[in-house]
Amino acid sequence: MDAIEADHLCKSFGPVTAVNDVSLAVKEGSVFGFLGPNGAGKTTTIRLLTGVLSPDTGSVWIDGIDIQKNPLAAKLKMGVIPENSTVYGDMTAEQNVLWMARFYGLDRNTRKERTREILRQMGLAERKDDYVRTFSKGMRQRISIACAIVHSPPVLILDEPTTGLDVQSRRLVIETIHHMNETGSTILLTTHNIEEAHALCNTISIIDKGKIIATGSPENLKKTFDTTKYVEVAFAQPVGKDLFVHENISRAERWGDNWRVYTNDPDRVIKFLGAVAEREHLTITSIATSGLSLEEAFVRLTEGA
Amino acid sequence: MMDLDAGVFARSVWLVAEKNMRIYYYRGPVVVFGLLFPFLMFFTYFIGRSLNLIAFFPGFLAMMLFFTSSSVGPLITPWEKREKTYERLLSLPVILESIILGDIAAGAIFGVAITAIVWGVSLALLHLPLTSALVLVVAFILGAIGFAALGTLFASMATDVPSNVMMLSSLVRLPLIFASGIFIPLNQLTGWEFVLTSISPLTYLVDLFHAALTNDAVYPPALDALVLVIIIVIFVLLAKAIQKRNLVKGL
Repeated sequence: MDAIEADHLCKSFGPVTAVNDVSLAVKEGSVFGFLGPNGAGKTTTIRLLTGVLSPDTGSVWIDGIDIQKNPLAAKLKMGVIPENSTVYGDMTAEQNVLWMARFYGLDRNTRKERTREILRQMGLAERKDDYVRTFSKGMRQRISIACAIVHSPPVLILDEPTTGLDVQSRRLVIETIHHMNETGSTILLTTHNIEEAHALCNTISIIDKGKIIATGSPENLKKTFDTTKYVEVAFAQPVGKDLFVHENISRAERWGDNWRVYTNDPDRVIKFLGAVAEREHLTITSIATSGLSLEEAFVRLTEGA
Repeated sequence: MMDLDAGVFARSVWLVAEKNMRIYYYRGPVVVFGLLFPFLMFFTYFIGRSLNLIAFFPGFLAMMLFFTSSSVGPLITPWEKREKTYERLLSLPVILESIILGDIAAGAIFGVAITAIVWGVSLALLHLPLTSALVLVVAFILGAIGFAALGTLFASMATDVPSNVMMLSSLVRLPLIFASGIFIPLNQLTGWEFVLTSISPLTYLVDLFHAALTNDAVYPPALDALVLVIIIVIFVLLAKAIQKRNLVKGL
């Protein structure tokens, strides 16, 4: 059964189409990643999936419940972590978690026990009586997550959960996502961090300009561009982009001190670069070939859309 | 058609109200406009004049309830939009109606609590009359809900700047107190002045307090109550329609 199902979602704000015919199905127990550049429609899609916004057309089911027809029952199945660590600064850490737990009908003892347990898990047991307004961004995000998982939701939806966090907080968030998934929650997350998506997700959808342009496992998405490889080359002297003009070169871009030269025939390109270096009296300090990473597949997909 | 679990809905309304009471009752604008302002108005008008306090008191009580009830609502939604907690709230097991009713409940409870204290203290100190306890209770309940709903309606405008909403609410609330029979009793008004006061919803609360305390109301109490019920329905429906439209346009 699909824990989250969206069917032909569309949402426009005036003349701007934010989400254009998005359909997705997230299998129970899986971790689903939603990748896309800024303004691609990720957050609007999340808002539609969580019932914050209503779609112009299309439907969303959470654990088999239509969120438009029965929003309260559908939301009871979810834990949501919106963008920007949104918790109440004028309540203490414990008050935030306890208050949100009451929405899900947990009895008094369970609420207290779960809150204590989760605050400990999030490394905030010592700060439980402090107002959240005094917390750092990382601590606020941990409280935000604590609020979303206090009722052990079957479906957990996270919008950019690790953006702007320090290493420790980021690691804790990722561990929590793993832990929630291991204990049975289905996870849907959006992220800019492709490495993170690769490490966490079973399935990834890439969204651009409001449309899903590719869906698959991270490995399958990379294979989509298997025919394309690149040669990474560094010269001792500064060079310009105009150096890389050849029939087998589709694109060249600066990559730190190196140049990445995309091609379907690395051998010919290496020979070409050797010849160019000799002709222009340049010194090649390093040269290597590689297949596309998920990040490059993402860039190629979103460029082509 | 939406299926709703009444228990979950009622719980969501109460939890929203409880959060509002915990966070917003002590905010500066609530204290200034909800507590200090009606007292200042009262003293400005009353001190130095030989006015009959008993005759003036129902109007003062109505003004107190009006300001206290309508001072919390305008702050909540814009504040939460600015702090980004509004989105969090919407993603919890709530619907838009839970938020609107929770905001109204917080304003109404604040209004009833403060005004009841003022009435109790005044009753003890000034030995004020009471002609109908039932009408007094109805006046408290309908007045508090009605003007808390007005506050929530102000907050429905598409902004995340609380001061914009406070300015709009002052712009509407201040003229109302001068056109509602608070400072000049309704039974002394004639012609266009009387017509003008009949347009103001606050007039019917003032009149209901007169019926409850001094038995010199202009309209029948049932009519005052009916008008207050109608304005509650109108304010709630308008707040819902505006907030829904804002959500359609984006948060």
